[in-house]
Parts: sequence; C-alpha cells; structure tokens
Amino acid sequence: MATGRLKVLDPDRCVGCQLCMFACQRRTGQAGLAESAIHVRSRGGLSRGLTVIVCRACEDPPCLAVCPTGALIKRKGGGVVLAAKKCIGCGFCREACPLNAIFWNDETQKPVICMHCGYCAEYCPHQVIALEEAA
Amino acid sequence: MLKNDPLKRVLYIDLSSKKFWIEERRDLFEKYIGGTGVASALLEEECPKEIDPQDPKNPIILAVGPSTGLFPIVSKTVSMFLSPHNKLLGESHAGGRSAVALRLAGYGAVIIRGKSNIPVYLVIDSNGVKFRDARALWGLSVSETGRFIREREKGSGLRSILRIGRAGETGVTYSCVVTETYRHFGRLGLGALFGYKKLKAIVIEGGKKALPVTDRKLYKETYDDILTRLRENPSLKKYYELGTAVNIIPLNMLGALPTRNLKETRFEKAENICGEYFAENLLGRRLACAHCPMACIHIAALRTPYEDEPYFYKTTFISYDYEPIYATGSMIGVGSAEGVLRLLDSIDNYGFDVMSTGVVLAWTTEAFEKGLINEEHTLGLEPKFGDVETYLKMLFHLANQSNEFYTALARGVDFTSQKYGGEDFALAFGGNEMSGYHTGYGIHITHLTGSRHSHLDSAGYSYDQKTKLKELDIHKLVEKLFKEEAYRQVLSSAICCFFGRSVFDFETLARMFSLSGFGYEAKDLEKLGQDILIRKYHFKKARNFAPSKLRIPRRIFETISPHGKLDEKVLKTAVKLYEEMIEKRGGGACK
Ligand code: SF4
Ligand code: SF4
Repeated sequence: MATGRLKVLDPDRCVGCQLCMFACQRRTGQAGLAESAIHVRSRGGLSRGLTVIVCRACEDPPCLAVCPTGALIKRKGGGVVLAAKKCIGCGFCREACPLNAIFWNDETQKPVICMHCGYCAEYCPHQVIALEEAA
Repeated sequence: MLKNDPLKRVLYIDLSSKKFWIEERRDLFEKYIGGTGVASALLEEECPKEIDPQDPKNPIILAVGPSTGLFPIVSKTVSMFLSPHNKLLGESHAGGRSAVALRLAGYGAVIIRGKSNIPVYLVIDSNGVKFRDARALWGLSVSETGRFIREREKGSGLRSILRIGRAGETGVTYSCVVTETYRHFGRLGLGALFGYKKLKAIVIEGGKKALPVTDRKLYKETYDDILTRLRENPSLKKYYELGTAVNIIPLNMLGALPTRNLKETRFEKAENICGEYFAENLLGRRLACAHCPMACIHIAALRTPYEDEPYFYKTTFISYDYEPIYATGSMIGVGSAEGVLRLLDSIDNYGFDVMSTGVVLAWTTEAFEKGLINEEHTLGLEPKFGDVETYLKMLFHLANQSNEFYTALARGVDFTSQKYGGEDFALAFGGNEMSGYHTGYGIHITHLTGSRHSHLDSAGYSYDQKTKLKELDIHKLVEKLFKEEAYRQVLSSAICCFFGRSVFDFETLARMFSLSGFGYEAKDLEKLGQDILIRKYHFKKARNFAPSKLRIPRRIFETISPHGKLDEKVLKTAVKLYEEMIEKRGGGACK
C-alpha cells in the first residue's frame, strides 16, 4: 500500500467543482458519492469561499484510539485503514475526528475514510489538493 | 435503464393539502431520457389546456437526467410550467447544485401542484418532503432568505437552495428563482409561479448515494475521455478565463451590441464594462457548478463606502456574465462596471430576470423621452439612459408594483406598450424580452421561432457571426436552426450544460446514456430531439400560438445590424418557412 498522504495545499484556490468528490467515488467504479472520502462545502454561502474536508493522515489518530473493535489499523505514513469485517458501525470514530473528516455510508453503515491514494488530486483543476510522497 | 437507478422516482408534492408521494415512472425516463424530454411529457400530463398561469393547477416541474451525477458538466436542472410571462411554454434551466442534489436525493423529477394557504418552504431529501412555515421569510430579499435557510437546514455541500425575492412574491411575470446565490431559473417567470403558490423556497438535500452504471471499467474510461475533451477544447477556454463577459468587446466591434434600447449597436463605453475590465479590476472569485470543471461563474467583489461613517465599507459579491452586462450596461446606457454591479445586486435580490428587466428599463426610458409616459406614471422619477440611481429606485417600484404603471411594467414590454404605446421599440419576441444580440437574421429567427423565445434555443447569433450577408441562404439557415434546436432538446434531456456542446455530439451522448442502461443509438437520439421539440410546439399551438402571428418590433428593422438593415419581408419569410417545416414534420395535427 502507498505511504503518501493527501494534503490540502490551498483551499482558497478551490472553486467548488467537486470533481475530487466524484473522483473518489469512481475509484470503486461507481458513480455518485456513497464512498467519497473527501467533502467540499461553502463556508456559509458560496461568496465566503470553500473548505475542503479530508483526512490529514494523523500520526496519532484519535479515531483509532476510540474504535472498540480494533477495526481501524494504523497506516504506514499516517492515518488509518479500515478492516471492514471487524467494524460494527458504531460511529465512534466519526465522533472522535476533530476535522469531521470521517464520512458515513448509509447503506453499508460503515465509515468512509480516505486511504491517501491520491486519485482525487489527479482531477483537481486548480492544484488545491496533492499527494505528498512519504519522506 | 438500470433496475436500481433511482432516476425513475418522481416526487409529487401537493401544496394545497401539504401531502407528497413518490411514483415510479420508468416508462417516462425510458422513452424521454430525463430533463426537457421528461419534463415536457409531464407538463402535458399535468397542465390543463384552459387555465391561466395563476391557476393552482399550473404545475412546477423540475427534472434531471441519467448522466447527472455520472459525468462532468451534466449538472443542470430543467424547470417547466405554463409561463406567467407569455402564457406559453415556460422552460428555464439552472446550473448550481440543484441537479446533482436532486439526483443524489434519489429523484429524476419533481412535480409541485396546488397552492399553499400560507407562505411555506420545502425541504426535499431522500425520505420525501417537509413543509416549513415561511411566513417570517416573506418579504425578504433573495440573499437574506438564503442566509436564514442555510443556517437552519443541514446538508452543506450537497444541498441546493432555490428561492424567490420580492418580485416573485408580488408576481412580476419575469421574476426568477435564484439558486446558490449566483445561478438562476431566469426566464419566463418561474419566480412568479412560486409567488402565486406562496412557495418562498425549496431546499434540496442530496444524500451520499451510489449511482449504478452498467460497466465500471467502461464508465471510468468514458469519464476520462469526456473530461479530457472538455479540458482540451479551445472553444471552452474563454468560459473559464474571462467568462462569457469576454463577448462584450467583439460584439461591440461587430456592431451587434444592443445599446440604449437598440437605438444603436455600438456602445462608446463598452471598454468600461467588458470582461477584461471586470477581470482586472473587480473579479474576486471564480466558482463552479457541482461536478463541473469549467468554473465559469465569475464573481466581482464590489467595495462600497457607507456614507454616514468614514472608513466604513461593505464588500458585496456579485456574479456577472455577458447577458447581465448587456442588460444593465449597454442596453440602458450604463458605462461603468460599478454601476452595472449595483444594478445586478439589486436585480438579484428582488429576484428579477435580468434580461427582461434591462429591456423593460430601456423601453421605459425611451417612452419617457418620447413623452408617452411622464412623472405621474413613474412616481416622480425621470429615467435617463445611464442614470443608475434612478434605475435603482425604479427597481423598487417594479418589485412592489407601486402603482398602475409599474403594475403594467411588471408584465413586460409587450403588455405595457399595448397599453401606453411605443410598440415599435418594445423589444420582446413571443412576449419574451430580447437577448443581447443584434447580429443579423439568425438571432431574430431564433427569438421568434425558438420554443422559449430565448437566444439559447437555437443560437441564431452564432450562425450570424459565421455567415456573411452575401452567403445568406434563408432556407438553409432555417433548416440549421431547426436542427440545432432539436439537438439541444437531447442535450437538455441529459441534461448537459450547453457550454459543453462541442463535446457532446449524438455519439457521445449515446455512449453516456448506455452506461445508465439506455439502448439509444445516435440516430434514435436525433429523432427523439425532433419529437421533443415538436411536443413543445404542440403545447404552444394548443394555446393559440403560431410563429407567423407574432409581433415584430419595428426597431430591429431600423437599426443596422452586421447583416445590414434587416428586411422585414425576409425575416417574415424565414419565420413562415420555419412554421411550415415544423408543421410538416409532425406539428400539424395536435396529439
Ligand atoms: S486520496 Fe484517495 S481515498 Fe483519499 S479522498 Fe482522495 S481519492 Fe479518496
Ligand atoms: S477538485 Fe479541487 S477545485 Fe474542485 S472542489 Fe475539489 S479541491 Fe476544490
């Protein structure tokens, strides 16, 4: 597995096109947004600009600390990897993330967490996000 | 279409009884794809023949298409209704976030029937509809309405907020519905219909759903192919750099920019209101509609001082485009970008359609110059071309329909000039005020024959710019415009933004639809486009419409165009030809 990490370089360049969100879902081959691990929204009305919400790949992830079943495994390079089989869908991880960067798939009742593959960054037209290789 | 595609779900809402239900209308989507195709079929089902637009039976129909949420730049919502403005086919498309939100809330279309007893707003999500009391929002501007609702409802990022301002509430027949502050269901009066129904706003909350495709690998490949073509297409570059405002200078140089109520076609101050000036001095931000790489939305940051306190400023963000600049700039003689922006801000907050409003102000100014109306009509105001302050005051009276004259004016220049005179310079076609082009025959054929009487119906202005007068063949031109409009029916059934049209030929559209399990071939789509166009024609014909019966304002024959002085006979022949052609192709007998 890749060890890079996705970084938000400059949210002020973001135009809100949401290409990144749809790209993340397309990793699965499907359309829509169910498995999208990145979210772009306005800061209270589009005239105020936008904010890009995605996992920062913490070195000491709070989400991991609260998972009662050990379904979140520390990822090399930061962040976590979900072992879906162990996950009971309690949602504690989502509560623990101070960035609100853990999303939820209503159908599977499982968290959706960025795996830092960088696929989305390839689609961003304005260099807002980028995959940084591990040092 | 795919079995598990939520597109087939149609949400029915009855404002009178405050009830809603969902019906699966697979039949409709399989036959007509979505967007304009499906909406026009639903309009036929829903809208009785003899009603007035104010009748509670006049439906509001919103529709999206199969490719929305799947492909980039396929993010427009179609609205259809009986138009409060020209009492014919009301159809208006808006970008923003509503299309993707509706698709991800799990609907292909929404139908709003009836009339509420009190002002309400609706919240639509995947579970259906909530009716909310909007009495406290009634009377508020478009931006205030947005602000309150934004804070009260959830779903930021995936939601869309459609709302009206004062103009919609009082039933100005060319009032619009604003979405995401900067995009509009602009033309033909959807705002008034919201007002009649006491519907202040609609919030659409998109869920985080997956949308099915037939073949995952092929889907990704097709997506990448379309995106690459969109990015590499040189003709699209202008939309994201300077935006549509880039057209001001070339049209002015061509002598096609309507100026001072089309008395002229060159504006001496065009350079002060052109795309380059805006970009260099005022552009504050660029934005995109949901799932669109263009980011063509250009927002100016206008800093204005408060007069009662030194060093006290406010900064307002106002979107601009070619058409709004034409309507509040050259058409009414306003030669400063700041003046244009102040007018646009006010027009947006009252919720007027900007093109109709510009033409209405232009007509009023000329009628005042000519003495057809006086201060008694205008409530003491003396409109002069270029006088921003007076125009701002008139907008207030217009939105509030302050007296008999403004009440007439709130119905557009066709209506007002019938009452007060000045029909020769009342620049409306089929009841809809003109767009910002006096390029030649093509644009006016579009204005007269287009199903919405909008420049976007068949884009005659674009043919005009490509054709020299010597080469003009009226038969060929009419045929081309018909074909173009038929093709655009398929685009707006998908529903793609028209800016992407150079990428979306019939083959590409067929490929996109096939990924949603539709078995169309290019030639089927071509046929379907014609069928939809003809159905829309029937809707109008059943309401006594015929292109050849339309009034043509004399002014367009007086003011020189790039095709020279237009000949009334030639234009009338072209319109007649169009009528015969559409009649022959299936418009004859009303279904
Ligand atoms: S890096 Fe990969 S998983 Fe993370 S948001 Fe981007 S596409 Fe999704
Ligand atoms: S792709 Fe880039 S510009 Fe577009 S929404 Fe995502 S971060 Fe913003």
